[in-house]
Amino acid sequence: MQKNSTKLIFLAVLAIIGILLYAFYDIKGGFDYAFPRRMVRIGAMVVTGIAISYSTVVFQTITQNRILTPSVMGLDSMYEVVQTLIYFFAGSMSIWVLNHYLNFGAAVIAMVLFALILYRFLFRTNKHPIYLLLLIGMIIGTLLGSLVTFLQVLIDPVEYLSLQTRLFASFTNVKSELLYISIGILFIAFIYGYRIMGKLDVMSLGRENAMNLGINYDRMVMNILILSSVLIATSTALIGPITFLGLIVANLAYQFLSTYKHSILILGASLISIIALVGGQFFVEHILELRTTLSVIINFIGGIYFIYLLLKESRSTR
Amino acid sequence: MIEIKELTKRFGKKSVVENVSVTIEPGTITSFIGPNGAGKSTLLSMVSRLLDADTGDVLLDQNNVKKWKSGEFAKRVSILKQSNYTNVRLSVRELISFGRYPYSKGRLTAEDDKFVDQAIEYMNLEDMQNEFIDELSGGQRQRAFIAMVIAQDTDYVLLDEPLNNLDMKHSVQIMKILRKLVDDLGKTVVIVLHDINFASVYSDRIVALKDGKLVKNGPTQDIINSKALREIYDMDIPVQVQNGCRICVYFNSHA
Repeated sequence: MQKNSTKLIFLAVLAIIGILLYAFYDIKGGFDYAFPRRMVRIGAMVVTGIAISYSTVVFQTITQNRILTPSVMGLDSMYEVVQTLIYFFAGSMSIWVLNHYLNFGAAVIAMVLFALILYRFLFRTNKHPIYLLLLIGMIIGTLLGSLVTFLQVLIDPVEYLSLQTRLFASFTNVKSELLYISIGILFIAFIYGYRIMGKLDVMSLGRENAMNLGINYDRMVMNILILSSVLIATSTALIGPITFLGLIVANLAYQFLSTYKHSILILGASLISIIALVGGQFFVEHILELRTTLSVIINFIGGIYFIYLLLKESRSTR
Repeated sequence: MIEIKELTKRFGKKSVVENVSVTIEPGTITSFIGPNGAGKSTLLSMVSRLLDADTGDVLLDQNNVKKWKSGEFAKRVSILKQSNYTNVRLSVRELISFGRYPYSKGRLTAEDDKFVDQAIEYMNLEDMQNEFIDELSGGQRQRAFIAMVIAQDTDYVLLDEPLNNLDMKHSVQIMKILRKLVDDLGKTVVIVLHDINFASVYSDRIVALKDGKLVKNGPTQDIINSKALREIYDMDIPVQVQNGCRICVYFNSHA
């Protein structure tokens, strides 16, 4: 078996090749025009890839479940609600849409607040709320989804078209100023994450064993849920809902790197998602010539992989 | 010393543990016995802080266990519950190394490795230390988890039905190891047991629970007799002495 460090270097080389290819392939005409734009997209893909991998891996550790993503808590739906409400009440020409900071801020704050209120409520009334949290999150997610559909039916069709571009994940119209904010948030999350990597490893043994080894388990679960909500909120507000990707890359990382160490797993998953995003976007732009979007491809491949995982899990637990 | 004082736990309206007070004598094996649903595991969970009591206190060295810092408590008291499932890719040796987490926080020192080696040797796991735990049988995994708790090197070792999933040979092996931990290293072991004969042969003291209440608490010889067992299990259980061990022959007795 190859060593994990070799595998990580292999992934890193692949990611760098992908990035270089995407940055320089077929760059004719105005280099000065195209290059900075491509760099912003690459930046967005790297940030999103890391945020999604990071949040999915830690989320799966605390739920002890490998076919869940943080999106089951309804954060994606919350994003759609915020954007739909903005378009419904303020319209596409309002400051809430035109000012990127305002739009980004409103989306992130709404998602994180939603998550915080949910956790506050659940952790106060219940001792081990993970499953209840998932159930309630799913139900609220569906409810919000229906609300969104209802408002979208009532909205002006032209406004709706403009809204739609925000509800699909897309790297083609990322705002560079938002990218810097996202990098800042990611950086803070990493400083916190660096301190809890060891604890995460212990938490993968389950609640009781982790508590036996001196982990303040319930408080850690709360902290990690907040961490992963902030990460998901950031990436969703930056490029749109794409959390399904996390499920794929996290599981690929578990399979590819046989280790329990979160530092390695998160790094591996992040590299895989950068490869997937950059490679996928390259494919969409240069081979399919933008006839479809990246999220369609990710959902298609992700869906197939998800079915494979379900079949595999049902075999292994029998 | 661990003192359990008037501990009560309710789930809904049902009291699972009711007003139980016990002192765990240091340097002994104490077995918790009793019928199903007597509250043995719940009591053990409260002692080890996995579960909060509704009323009453548990004191470790005169200090309430709730006041102990998690990291410090983990160096004094270890607990192993019945079901230990993990889907993490982990070798036996890596699992046992987790027992050193309270001391080294994940960065193993040479001294930690010594404890890990010792635990592996204690549990006879040398041959399979590099195998992955998700590929082991239930009994082998159970032994690996017990080795983790041994590597944790706590004064108090709390085990919830550790003989589950184990065959006779390994059950005897584990009880002998627990005896050795107490006799050679001066540890204190508290163990929930289903098999009354293991409790009789290996423990110094027995705490018997029934319907959440304490019914008997004393040295083993005071509990393993037909009269006391009748009170605990509502069964007539003859006790015979074989090779100096008191054996309860309950297999064909009248309930």
